Amino acid sequence: MENFEPVIVAFCCHYCAYTAADMAGSQRLPYPSNVKIIRVPCSGKVDALHITKAFEKGADGVYVAGCLDGDCHFKNGNDKAAKLVTYVQNYLEEIGLEPERLEMVRISAGMGDRFALIATEITEKIRKLGPSPIKTVAA
Amino acid sequence: MITAERKPLEEIIEYIKPYKRILLLGCNECVTVCAAGGRKEVGLLASGLQLAMLKSGSSIEIREHTLERQCDPEYVEELVPMIGSEEAILSMACGCGVQQLATRFKDKPVFPALNTKFMGGSLSQGVWDERCKGCGDCLLGLTGGICPIAKCAKQLMNGPCGGSTDGKCEISDDVECAWQLIWNRLKALGQEDRFLDIMPAKDWRSGGGGGPRKIIREDLAE
Amino acid sequence: MKTESNLEKVLAAGHLAVTSECGPPRGAIAKELTDKAKFLEGVVDAVNVTDNQTAMVRMSSLAGSVLIKQQGMNPLLQVVTRDRNRLAIQADILGAYSLGIDTMLCLSGDHTKFGDHPMAANVHDIDSIQLIQMVKAMRDESKFQGGSDIKGAPKMFIGAAANPFADPFELRVMRLAKKIAAGVDFIQTQCIFNVEKFELWMEGVRKMGLHKKCYILAGVTPMKSVGAARYMKNRVPGMDVPADVVERMASVPKEKQPDEGVDICIETIERLKKVEGVAGFHIMAIEWEEKVEEIVRRAGLYPRPEIS
Repeated sequence: MENFEPVIVAFCCHYCAYTAADMAGSQRLPYPSNVKIIRVPCSGKVDALHITKAFEKGADGVYVAGCLDGDCHFKNGNDKAAKLVTYVQNYLEEIGLEPERLEMVRISAGMGDRFALIATEITEKIRKLGPSPIKTVAA
Repeated sequence: MITAERKPLEEIIEYIKPYKRILLLGCNECVTVCAAGGRKEVGLLASGLQLAMLKSGSSIEIREHTLERQCDPEYVEELVPMIGSEEAILSMACGCGVQQLATRFKDKPVFPALNTKFMGGSLSQGVWDERCKGCGDCLLGLTGGICPIAKCAKQLMNGPCGGSTDGKCEISDDVECAWQLIWNRLKALGQEDRFLDIMPAKDWRSGGGGGPRKIIREDLAE
Repeated sequence: MKTESNLEKVLAAGHLAVTSECGPPRGAIAKELTDKAKFLEGVVDAVNVTDNQTAMVRMSSLAGSVLIKQQGMNPLLQVVTRDRNRLAIQADILGAYSLGIDTMLCLSGDHTKFGDHPMAANVHDIDSIQLIQMVKAMRDESKFQGGSDIKGAPKMFIGAAANPFADPFELRVMRLAKKIAAGVDFIQTQCIFNVEKFELWMEGVRKMGLHKKCYILAGVTPMKSVGAARYMKNRVPGMDVPADVVERMASVPKEKQPDEGVDICIETIERLKKVEGVAGFHIMAIEWEEKVEEIVRRAGLYPRPEIS
């Protein structure tokens, strides 16, 4: 537990969060290497199954990062993603996983610092929450 | 279409707990359209079950498959060469599909993963409402195309009760008064006089009162 | 005369009829009903006995009617289509008539959602208009609804309810026309607080000549308090309590409110007497039966006619 390094999967929208991650990199802003980024064309493209599969494969936390309110490149993909996250949070609770292991965040392309901050905060939150009960059993 | 919703995970797990290998079977028809038991929902349920099992320290082998139609013997027959070591079938079809499986696979336990709800249609994305009770003697031609049996809380056949207020039913503001809807339609069609015709007491034999119903099309039946 | 019903006789003789109601108890103690009914003795022409009102289980309206009958009063058997199918209802009508009950009210009933058994199935095999047709065919043609003959037809004086205040308003007169076409003899209306709207409805009724085809008893209710007035205004579906009535109740101190409620009720009766086509009054003093006599007396409706 002391040496627990959580695995975090971040589904990042190509038009905002992914670019922000890039910017964080070019600005040399540090963020935890626990966060594995998966680029998606829009946060609205993330499916419930992507999220549950991430947990099945051993993720301790998952977040979906979409554009700021009203800034979706495809009109409202970010809002759809937020609704999906709530839906899957309920499903996680039914399954017996803490819904806090899943989160929706919103970032714009220019917010390299915010990306780094969120990545750090979520990693620390999941670290406190401890390893996913799924991984514990599977291992 | 026939609408359905997934049962609580806990109830489904209770059914499949005794088994190590199950077949999780979706259906490509109505339950796909109402996002309850199509290929996508099969995947999501399999994943959820897997997670829940792993969490509780057990494991289960889930084979996913989705049939074109679970209520047709031709499609169910596809499963015969497939089903091998699966000890049970968990069906994500409506009750019709579940029963088709139970009839075909006499020695396999079959469990429903859905609660079949009603015959209805889509109001908007993600919203379905009840439209038909299958009374077997359609009276929509007399009521402007809106069914008082399915849509009136008291299935009144001769007009609104005294609880209709501002177009809403007395049971809830979320329920529209069927007779207000019917009246609006009759007016729009210039058929107001139709309201004065008394609809006589219904013969419920065609609606299931005569026992389980069956349709036999002589021209098609072998 | 179609029946031996006292209510029919009073109405046919041209008197303004008076009815009231008694809800059977939520238990098997007959005295709870007969004690309430005593307040109505000699004060009204018939006593409605409600049938699982507001979808709460109570002593059956048939048993309650028999208890009222045994007290020498005239019960008015209420029957809702919510709880029984056509077999059960016809059986009860035969039973009721064999026990001397000759007046009934055909209703669909409040939805089970409002009662203490929301998990129960709503029957609704037939609706209230189809019930009227059925009772009429039993009486006039000696036929069961299924078509076979009745040996010893029940001669029921057939009533139904009408709510002039529900929506859509334009259907309210037509719905009465349908009940008349189905064979209803008399109507008891929903409680009237909005007299203007009732007059508007009656105008439509008279235009179709419906007041000549059935007897219309105007429903009135004395309010006990401003709380009761607000509750009826806001919470009871299909009830129309105008704001000025609520304000009038609120304008007097709490201890004077019951008297004010009775005054309003009597004034309403006086206004309704002037409306052409009103054949009598149905006084619904729910759990306040002791006030009915005062209302009847002060409204000039006492004594009740003795008709043999």
